Amino acid sequence: MADDTHDDLKRTPLYDLHEKLGAKLVPFAGYEMPVQYPMGVMDEHKWTRTHAGLFDVSHMGPCFLSLEEGIGGGDEAHAKIAALVETLVPSDITGLKQGQARLTVLLNEEGGILDDLIITRPLGDEAQGSLYIVVNGAVKEQDWAIFEKALEGKAVLTRADDRILFALQGPEAVDVMSDFFPGCEELKFMHHMPFELNGTRCIVSRCGYTGEDGFEVLVSPAAGLPLIDEMLTDERVEMIGLGARDSLRLEAGLCLYGHDMDPSRDPIEADLGWVIQRKRREGGDFPGAARILASIQDGVAEKRVGIRPLERAPAREGTAIEIDGKVVGVVTSGGFGPTVDHPVAMGYVAVAHAAPGTKIDLMVRGKARPGEVVALPFVPHNYKR
Amino acid sequence: MSTKLTEQVTFYTEEHEWVTVHGELGTVGITKFAAEQLGDVVFVETPEVGKVFKKGDDMAVVESVKAASDVYAPVSGEVVDANAVLADKPETVNEHPETEGWFCVIRLSHGEELSGLMDKDAYLEFCKGL
Repeated sequence: MADDTHDDLKRTPLYDLHEKLGAKLVPFAGYEMPVQYPMGVMDEHKWTRTHAGLFDVSHMGPCFLSLEEGIGGGDEAHAKIAALVETLVPSDITGLKQGQARLTVLLNEEGGILDDLIITRPLGDEAQGSLYIVVNGAVKEQDWAIFEKALEGKAVLTRADDRILFALQGPEAVDVMSDFFPGCEELKFMHHMPFELNGTRCIVSRCGYTGEDGFEVLVSPAAGLPLIDEMLTDERVEMIGLGARDSLRLEAGLCLYGHDMDPSRDPIEADLGWVIQRKRREGGDFPGAARILASIQDGVAEKRVGIRPLERAPAREGTAIEIDGKVVGVVTSGGFGPTVDHPVAMGYVAVAHAAPGTKIDLMVRGKARPGEVVALPFVPHNYKR
Repeated sequence: MSTKLTEQVTFYTEEHEWVTVHGELGTVGITKFAAEQLGDVVFVETPEVGKVFKKGDDMAVVESVKAASDVYAPVSGEVVDANAVLADKPETVNEHPETEGWFCVIRLSHGEELSGLMDKDAYLEFCKGL
């Protein structure tokens, strides 16, 4: 049971709504967050896969980076801000098109992963020289300190975590969203556009953390609260808690920072090599490049894989993975997949045993339970490409 | 306590297990309150017949989508039966936690332990305070 001393926990602007809807609130990333609503994790998960689920993710770390000298310099200004950020991440930020976003990782000097984040290049020449960045809630203070230190005197970081950040995810999300943000249905996956709502500017991005088509919206509390109230009157929309968010992302094979990746893992081990575009591999000018380029060239000892427990018992985080009585890996995320109707997991195994179809033993409470290495995701992605 | 155990009497623990005693046997499960707190049950590991537990030992595991929770033995004794239905229909624990969703039957070795458990009224009062 969660304890009752939540005094030092922060609340998002949607806290009163969560209470009104009967959410079960738990401490998460320093906030009191809804883990589930009366509908329950199982049905909330299934609702999101078939209709539209609305998630409060205001605990996360949205922020803006802008050139100290000011913004509006077109491509040249973008090249400047991108070059600054590329000293911290291994992705091609310079090559982003206006309105395009990219998943990347923040690296330490050893090439270990400090966080995963989404970096967006704004639309419009007048906004160039700035970037919209969303980092994980649990490590936002760490991330922002790293950005501020590296970019001191050259760029300014403005945090936006006093606003509402919400996601609307699922096959019906686009129809609901286009009622409120006409034109957003034209957006492709990992692209964004700004909108005016009640006189305030908000950012609509086509992305998410469920494997479904969907959107994330950054909006002021004044404009966002009535917007969400109205969205919830649509019978296709239900509020969804962090419990279902976790099972949805796990079925979609998406990493959770601090579990499926951490500073001991590099992006190649985490099977996130695709975030390092060729241009950056050739340049080799990012933190920990020596280790990461060696990992690409020579291979890694362990890598992240999908794991399917073949019986009904879930294999939770920390479960040892064995073959013939020898430990070959560990589960880093595990639970039950309501859509696939069986337990799902991911973890790290020695590369010799990382091929899909490899039979493994999952040591659940001391008992070997059969499992299999499988390709991710468990549920196909339904992105609007 | 002078309850004669000729009829069925149900006792409750602060960890939200129930045990319905009939003669020297006790049927054990988790309460409606516990089932609601857990949410959707997706797996139950019931104890093996023949296993002997002391009161308070980890006896079974119940797993929801999100987490695994231990179930403690409410009384000491030997497991003489386990509910096979839960292997294929773990959701029975949510649907009928205090009847068809039972976990196992224990042959009580220390019947006097029952005097330390709560009756229904005391348990419901206990839950109100949570």
